[in-house]
This record gives sequence, C-alpha cells and structure tokens, in this order.
Amino acid sequence: MIAATLILVALGATAVALCLDPLRQIVLSGIYGLLLVILFVVFQAPDVALSMLAVTTVAYPLIVLAAIRRTRK
Amino acid sequence: MSRRAVRGLIALPALGALGALLAWGASGLAPFGHFHGFYGQLLNAIALPQRHTTNTVTAIVFDYRGVDTMGEELILFAAVVGVVLLLRDTGKPTPQDVARDRVGSDALHVFGVLGAAAAILVGVWLAAFGLVTPGGGFQGGVAIASGVVVLFLTAGFRSWRHVATEKALDPLEGAGASAYVALGLAALVSGAPFLHNLLGPGQTGTLFSGGSLSLLNWAVALEVAAANLVLYTEFIEQYVVALVRDRGDE
Repeated sequence: MIAATLILVALGATAVALCLDPLRQIVLSGIYGLLLVILFVVFQAPDVALSMLAVTTVAYPLIVLAAIRRTRK
Repeated sequence: MSRRAVRGLIALPALGALGALLAWGASGLAPFGHFHGFYGQLLNAIALPQRHTTNTVTAIVFDYRGVDTMGEELILFAAVVGVVLLLRDTGKPTPQDVARDRVGSDALHVFGVLGAAAAILVGVWLAAFGLVTPGGGFQGGVAIASGVVVLFLTAGFRSWRHVATEKALDPLEGAGASAYVALGLAALVSGAPFLHNLLGPGQTGTLFSGGSLSLLNWAVALEVAAANLVLYTEFIEQYVVALVRDRGDE
C-alpha cells in the first residue's frame, strides 16, 4: 500500500513537472495534491490530509489562477 | 552542440548525484512504525499524564514548544500584512466591476452553500477537537477559510464581499494573533513563566483537555482562518479587476 501510493505520488509529480501549459499544470497539481492526501492518510496523518485537501483543491489553485490572470495581460 | 544538449550535460551529473544522495538517505531510515528519536518517544510517554491531551502533536505545538508556535503565528501575520501592503495600490474593484462578476446557476449556488457549510464544519471540528483527535488550530483555520472561498467560487464576488469584508477580517486577524501573546503574558503577570498553563491540565478526552492549551488552540484557529481570508480577498480582488478589464477590451 505504501509502495503503491509512493509510486503514484512520484508519477503525479513528474506529470506536473513535465506539463508546459500553466492552466493544465494547475489541474494536474490539484490531482497530485489529492494523491498526496492519500499518502498522508496511508502514513496515518489524517489531520494533515484534511488540511491538504482544503489547500490543494481550493486555496492553491485560486491563488495561482488569480496570479496568472493578472500577469498575462 | 545545441543549447539543449549542453543543459542536459550539466544537469545529468547533478541530478544523478541528488538521486544517489536521496537513495542513500532513504535506505538508512528506520522501517515504518519503528521511530527511534528519543525526544519523540519521551514526549509520547509523558504528554498524556502531564497535559491530559490525547493528541500529543497539539500538546507539543502549544505547550512544550509553545514559544515557537507563537513565532510561527506572527510570521503568518507578518506575511499577510506584507501581501496587503504590496497589493494596496494595484486597483480595487469598483462597484460596477463587482456587479458584473456574477454566477447565474441556481444549482451551483445550492452545491456551493452545501460544500462551504461542510468544509467550515470540518474546520471547526478539526480545531475544536485539536487536543483530543488529530487536528488543531492551524489545520482547522485553513479548512474554515477554504470553505468560505467556495462561496466566492460558486456565488461570485458580490456574495464574497458580504462575508469577507476588511472591516470584519482585520480585527479578527489581529485578535487571533494578540490573543496568543496575551495568554502568554497573562501567565507572566501571575508570576508563572511565559505561556504557563494557568487553567490546569483539564479533563482528558473533553474539549477543554489541556486547559490553557485549548484557548491557545482557538486563538490560532481564529488567526489562521482570518489571515487566509485576508490573503484570498487580496488575490480575488486582483482576479476580478483583471477579469473585468479583459471583458472591457473585447
């Protein structure tokens, strides 16, 4: 279980790093964040997993999207 | 040789060395569930009898290393003040801008309210049970703030403005940060060391276990939730201004 989750996280991180379009990258980083949430649960850190869930799906994409929108023009 | 090849040649040895270092480090780690740090084992053994808290992590954060946590909280406070200062003159949305950013779908509104309520409830629960089950003020505050952001995402900027006004958020953030320091100073005034647990350890397993620690926990929850919301408000304002200007160009 631990090995499978770690491999998934490694694949997710590679996908985020290899993606060149910032908008797709945000979506990918959200999915990568959800993989990290699973990893935290597997490692018995449910509180960190819950706050990661909030940060990775709402807070982080919001801030990055706003910054991209503002700087592109 | 092309530029790309040169960059690859420089990067490969560095990446290889980093990979080898990481593999070497990971191979020396203790197996899962067999932690050998003396400090960690000591705190695990004494936290429950000394502080009556079943969540040792929160006991460490607010008691054994309480001064560090005060520093962390003030760092967050200073960082948010920095963001607000940097973005202060970069254009605030006018009432017309605000009126234009609307979300029409009723279904989205319903799901948004439900989602926000669920996230805020989880956040309050994480903070309230911080000394009993995994969680605490930091995690709870982040979850509460994210719940409120769902309102903006599903109901538009106008609804956000009703909930997250600077008038309400700034005093809350200041109150959260200063409550932590005030609790520390209160102990000092009473003749005990700074941040000493004045209320006693409380009863194990209740929301008041840890005594003063539960108050520190709530102070941090308030500070983190308000600080995050101030931060989001600044970024959302930037977003709304850019959005409306784009539409004006078209």
